[in-house]
Amino acid sequence: MDGHSTYQPKSAAARWLESRLPVLGLVHSSFIVYPTPRNLNYWWNFGAILTFMLAAQIVTGIVLAMHYTPEATLALNSTEAIMRDVNYGWLLRYLHSNGASLFFFAVYIHIFRGLYYGSYKEPREVLWILGVIILLLMIATAFMGYVLPWGQMSFWAATVITNLFSAIPLVGRAITTWLWGGFAVDNPTLNRFYSLHYLLPFMIAGVVVLHIWALHVPGNGNPTGVPVKSKQDTVPFHPYYTVKDFFGLVVFLVLFAWVVFWIPNFMGHADNYIPANPLKTPAHIVPEWYFLPFYAILRSIPDKLLGVIALFAAIAVLVFVPWLDTSRVRSATYRPLYRQFFWIFVVVAILLGYLGSQPPEGVYVVLSRICTAYYFIHFLIILPVIGLIERPKPLPASITESVLAKVGTPAAAAAKG
Amino acid sequence: MTRVRLFLALAFAIGAVTPLAAEEAPAAANPTSFPLKEPEPQRWPFAGFFGRYDQAQLQRGFQVYKEVCSNCHSLKLVAFRHLAEEGGPGFTEEQVKALAATYKVPDGPNDAGDMFERPGRPSDHFPSPFPNEQAAAAAYNGAAPPDLSLMAKARAAERGPLLTILDFFTQYQEAGPDYIHALLTGFNETPPPGLKVPDGTYYNPYFLAAPSIAMPPPLTDGQVNYADGSPQTVDQYARDVAAFLMWAAEPHLVARKRVGFEVLIFLLVFGGLMYLTKRKVWSNVAH
Repeated sequence: MDGHSTYQPKSAAARWLESRLPVLGLVHSSFIVYPTPRNLNYWWNFGAILTFMLAAQIVTGIVLAMHYTPEATLALNSTEAIMRDVNYGWLLRYLHSNGASLFFFAVYIHIFRGLYYGSYKEPREVLWILGVIILLLMIATAFMGYVLPWGQMSFWAATVITNLFSAIPLVGRAITTWLWGGFAVDNPTLNRFYSLHYLLPFMIAGVVVLHIWALHVPGNGNPTGVPVKSKQDTVPFHPYYTVKDFFGLVVFLVLFAWVVFWIPNFMGHADNYIPANPLKTPAHIVPEWYFLPFYAILRSIPDKLLGVIALFAAIAVLVFVPWLDTSRVRSATYRPLYRQFFWIFVVVAILLGYLGSQPPEGVYVVLSRICTAYYFIHFLIILPVIGLIERPKPLPASITESVLAKVGTPAAAAAKG
Repeated sequence: MTRVRLFLALAFAIGAVTPLAAEEAPAAANPTSFPLKEPEPQRWPFAGFFGRYDQAQLQRGFQVYKEVCSNCHSLKLVAFRHLAEEGGPGFTEEQVKALAATYKVPDGPNDAGDMFERPGRPSDHFPSPFPNEQAAAAAYNGAAPPDLSLMAKARAAERGPLLTILDFFTQYQEAGPDYIHALLTGFNETPPPGLKVPDGTYYNPYFLAAPSIAMPPPLTDGQVNYADGSPQTVDQYARDVAAFLMWAAEPHLVARKRVGFEVLIFLLVFGGLMYLTKRKVWSNVAH
């Protein structure tokens, strides 16, 4: 957007650097004068929160890696040495393990915000697809991180998930053996998961840079979905959104602190404090809460290969959302019909999460199948059809108009703020 | 909006009813889901927002562990020196030194290449009652007594969706000690008619994995002599040793909640200031 090239280095040192590498100008145009719609609500805070969480996970993770031993007989003990003997090791580990949970909590809100306000629509399709790639990388990273303490759930989660690849016809077995580095989940598996768990976050960081780049080309969407039309519609990112993002982040950190300092094991499974035992399968193998909806989808399909396909399709379908949604209106605020189906979808997703935590028997199976079917129907049928039949509410002429309509007359707005 | 509300209500109704539907009347003779009885939640001094360990209780619990549990169960992750660390049972360094010296710890090889035993030092971890898991299993009918270092965090009975949500707000993190207490006091119940208790196992409805457990009832009234005049009952022993095991599993709990309190105060003050700053910055822009 406009906003670059206004940067005038003030000091001699800044001028010297700027003429050789215009990085200060880049920061200035991207995070200081960057024109941002004036009407973003708090649902737009999660981008900043997620950036912070990624940085926090990388920092705590790097320090944890200094004390952790990726070896099958030592992994759990080294994790416990961190908890007991490393200075503030308990804090690092609880921040990191619960940080993953809150990272997912934030990313799911971020995604649902995108779905509600049509953030994926033209011209932001690439931005959205990069987001789906980040989600995929996050899933892989979190899964491998969960394996590292080498408790019972670590081991059996690794067994269940790697076994999914054995469903691939012809080469499945070979791929699984290759993933394991042997004929079962064992020390080589742990070693490579550790290596990848350290690598992937930096790949996420790389894609995040692309994600932000792709955001800054068309600029932010906004709750009305009406594009920015004049300078009046925007405010500079700093100080307006730096201060708002900071405030939102602090509120989020209160939640984070609540979990880390008082209920650090609330999200985890007790069985993961039992050392991994390949000869003893836990009664119920369940993933971390943030995978439960996908786990429910996987189990709802009686055929293993089709289940795995459904699992991956549940994420892959997101890539096509920009083209599945046929509506010309972005924001659900002006889409009365879509808004209802959006909330039904939210409930179904949460219900899928609950079903994923339950044993796959009796009524749970039936409900899982209904919800799984609905999950795909929402994207493949409801989304395209609603766009065609829905009669959207009239859109405001501009962001400024909608803001002023909300707060009253321009004079009142100026007085009220 | 009404359609949304209807759906929400429906979803909650399904969520609330399904666990009941799935929990058929337990076929007394042939149960398939365990534990048969949920642990009774106990009051713990270390529970909740301001919870902290009761030093005297941890010392009593350690006494129970030392005199009873340690005959069969290891405590591999705990070192003697941990007993003197802040937020724990509060033994002095001298007490710990003297205690460690009463243990024989395998060490070596020495310069001659031989393994040897020496008196324990505070830096040693608690020696295990058996040289390895196989030896322990061989001594107990194939069921090795599990290590107790993490027991208080490694056991939890299913709580169901509603309690789980509530637990987030009530900060319930004591499923482990509740379980240990219930298990240790749960041996006196008579098995339901028709249930076959296999030889060499003992009926205990609180056991997470089966109707009966290989561990014989470990505690009897008056078995451990408390110096501080606390009741010498199975219930009190179970409570104290569960608290001790919670400390063994989470030795920095007191520091955690203290730091957390400081962090929370900081965040609330900082957040308040940020909010005021935000209001000031935005005061001239309608949004």
